[in-house]
Amino acid sequence: MFGNNIGKTKYHEVSNFVRGDYEKGRESGSPKMCPSCKTPLAEQDLIQNFRVCPKCQHHLSLGAWERISLLADEETFREFNGDLSSYNRLHFPDYDEKLERAQRESGLPEAIVIGTAYIDGYQVVLGVMDSRFMMSSMGAVVGEKICLAAERAMELKWPLIMVVASGGARMQEGMVSLMQMAKTSAAIERLHQAGVLYVSVLTNPTTGGVLASFASLADIVVAEPRALIGFTGPRVIEQTIKHKLPDNFQKAEFLLQHGMLDLVVDRARLKETLALVLRMHGGRND
Amino acid sequence: MTKRQFDFENQYQIMKQKVEDLMEESRIHNIDLSEEIALLENKMARIRESKYKNLSPWERVLLSRSPDRPGAEDYIGFLCSEWIELHGDRLFGDDQAIIAGLGMFHGMPLTIVGHRKGKTTNQKLQYNFGMPHPEGFRKVMRLLKQAEKFRRPVLSFVDTSGAFPGIAAEERGQASAIAETLMAMVSVKVPVISIVSGEGGSGGALALAVGDRIVMLSNSVFSVASPETCSSILFKDAARVEDMAEASKLTAADLLELELIDEIIEEPVGGANQDFENTARLVEESILKHLRDLNDKEPDILVQERFEKYRRIGRVTGA
Repeated sequence: MFGNNIGKTKYHEVSNFVRGDYEKGRESGSPKMCPSCKTPLAEQDLIQNFRVCPKCQHHLSLGAWERISLLADEETFREFNGDLSSYNRLHFPDYDEKLERAQRESGLPEAIVIGTAYIDGYQVVLGVMDSRFMMSSMGAVVGEKICLAAERAMELKWPLIMVVASGGARMQEGMVSLMQMAKTSAAIERLHQAGVLYVSVLTNPTTGGVLASFASLADIVVAEPRALIGFTGPRVIEQTIKHKLPDNFQKAEFLLQHGMLDLVVDRARLKETLALVLRMHGGRND
Repeated sequence: MTKRQFDFENQYQIMKQKVEDLMEESRIHNIDLSEEIALLENKMARIRESKYKNLSPWERVLLSRSPDRPGAEDYIGFLCSEWIELHGDRLFGDDQAIIAGLGMFHGMPLTIVGHRKGKTTNQKLQYNFGMPHPEGFRKVMRLLKQAEKFRRPVLSFVDTSGAFPGIAAEERGQASAIAETLMAMVSVKVPVISIVSGEGGSGGALALAVGDRIVMLSNSVFSVASPETCSSILFKDAARVEDMAEASKLTAADLLELELIDEIIEEPVGGANQDFENTARLVEESILKHLRDLNDKEPDILVQERFEKYRRIGRVTGA
């Protein structure tokens, strides 16, 4: 075997998870039991394990700031364009209320946080989506922030890491949201032309127009175990083909098997995996 | 009750038949009704004209989906003096939901791609109702590369309810095929003109609708998801499609106002469905005009401008 220790670290040894940026991301309403194996879960255990069930290793959702504290070296994350928030440009019914509720419940202005950070000493531009905010659907602001992150990465020549979760395009913004697929793909194309590394980390769930644009266009595509990843959601496919889908369908491991991903990585090993990738691409570790 | 089909033409035909019956009657009984009939016919023509001028968003959805709506193959037949269809993605198969090939347009070879729905039941099955699998998008990418190599402008026709939602499509990477096509369309170093001729549904439509000029026929629609899908997800009620079609801003006029498209081709009375020739002529003029604009541009400037055009979409400023 090669000398890397990916797969060898214990969960609680990895990071400064409880400290620093975690304070900014109050996770609302933690589940009392694991949604997968139904084991009762204590909040403290969840924090220790980065919201991974200690028994069955089910990966629960992480808020954006929790994810940042998992990946970024302590107190190195510097957010930019944090003031951008959406408005109801199509006057779509109920959208104002939904935005307001999402902001209140997540404590975020929009479904993505972008900034610069160090990962194991390597400089990166880091974007993290938060599924608590309207299933992290992509409207104009989410699309804009992805482009801003890609452009910052180009400017600094720092690798771009995008931690993705999304239900797809934000229907309340109609075609403006669909066009974000083209807009973000264009930004990633320019990043590739500039020779800057781009790694995407697909978490549960990554679907629809987000998967069919910037999320799939990375040099290296990583996913968390058992994450649901697909273009069309399983319910719609079931309705179309009129029978039940196998349990592993559109799970990260299924995509790996079909050649759609590079790696499926446990959350506990995510940071060191990214650090290794950064090292392989000549990242600066000062 | 929500209408599921565009039935104005049927009603119109019934009215027309009644007038003809009246004419027949008057002849038999030797009564001169010509003045009245002329008035009636005049009135009917006005009703028809005003109907087509004032279609609701949902009626346009129905019209854009109607089986008599001309498709890519019709336009290719009208526009090109010669045509070779090319097949296959060189990876898995040939997706019949996308027609692709080389067409001679005013003495100029073009790479042409488009969704293909088919008209007869057999064709619809063969073309999978115009819903592409990943190999369809990969065929498009293959032809984009060729277009760049031979410096041929690209023309695309958009008409699909969306990429196919099925197991095989997911297994073969529907999402990455669409994503890569978007990236290829936005960076190809030749002019790209996209005509939304029918139903533009979701990412499967967008993959073929990225270019230097996005032109929409006035009765075509373009939406993030079908009004049925939006309605069942957002209103938990699939029956509210008419409201949803209104709220989604999916008509050509809405999208021009939102600066998401570049031009509307006003279809004649009866729409492209009833008057293909005149519609196709307008499409031809539009393509010629845009090719004239785009052909002179340096490839790098062309691509730079295309990037900037997409970068501006839905631009937001600080709160």
